[in-house]
Amino acid sequence: MAIDWIHFTPWTSLAGGLLIGLAAAVFVLFNGRIAGISGILGGLLRPAPGDSAWRLAFLAGLAAAPLVYALFAPLPAMRIDAGDGTLVAAGLLVGIGTRYGAGCTSGHGVCGLSRLSPRSLAATLSFMLAGFITVFVLRHVLA
Amino acid sequence: MQIVMACIAGLVFGIGLIVAGMTNPAKVQAFLDLAGDWDPSLAFVMGGAILVGLPAFRLAGKRERSLLGDAMHLPAATRIDRRLVLGSLGFGAGWGLAGFCPGPALASLAAGGVKAWIFSAAMLAGMIVFELLERGTAASMRRSA
Repeated sequence: MAIDWIHFTPWTSLAGGLLIGLAAAVFVLFNGRIAGISGILGGLLRPAPGDSAWRLAFLAGLAAAPLVYALFAPLPAMRIDAGDGTLVAAGLLVGIGTRYGAGCTSGHGVCGLSRLSPRSLAATLSFMLAGFITVFVLRHVLA
Repeated sequence: MQIVMACIAGLVFGIGLIVAGMTNPAKVQAFLDLAGDWDPSLAFVMGGAILVGLPAFRLAGKRERSLLGDAMHLPAATRIDRRLVLGSLGFGAGWGLAGFCPGPALASLAAGGVKAWIFSAAMLAGMIVFELLERGTAASMRRSA
């Protein structure tokens, strides 16, 4: 292991994390809901009366974020190494996996760990472990 | 009012993801690449989020109703079962493959070009597959009951 000091951004990442935490805090205190993206999106596929509007509103705000950000500063560069086939496989795994696992990085990783939920800790350790192994295989075994 | 707050929360969440570097899949994969040039930044994202989240969820856990008067919808499940672990392992594998998880993927649609759309469409398809499998299981359980 060697730390990549050139790309290491502790302060902006911490600032972004504080904003994410603030959004989750506002959402649970004002709306009484967990800011878990996979759950908010997946819940739309199981429509119950009066349960869709808040989901759509949250997702609209999330989707509008780069447009609002770009009003104040140029968007940071993003690079996607995965090819189209890999993106499809990855998307399917993320879609099915987060629904069976009842959460993703936001619902389990941010909200669940903040609630000190052992279940969310188990989920977070599981998806981190699988993420570490997958990137290891991708970059150091197959490459 | 609930709708407005939900929209604001989503917007702040998304801006947080962009500031944090989460919407850059290469950075996410660099965080997951322990054996390569490791970029530990994303640990600071989770740390920062939990720093604010801890007191907020502690407060939320004590409340009967939200500040806007809604019922509190906090998860009741506590069981750590095969479904939770296998689902999360599958999610983690997909996360590592692409460097996208659900929030950053959706927060990249308006800026990320066609690849973010391909990933998000596949993710939505995966969620639909889950719903169909769940309905199938529920139906076969009704038949056998």
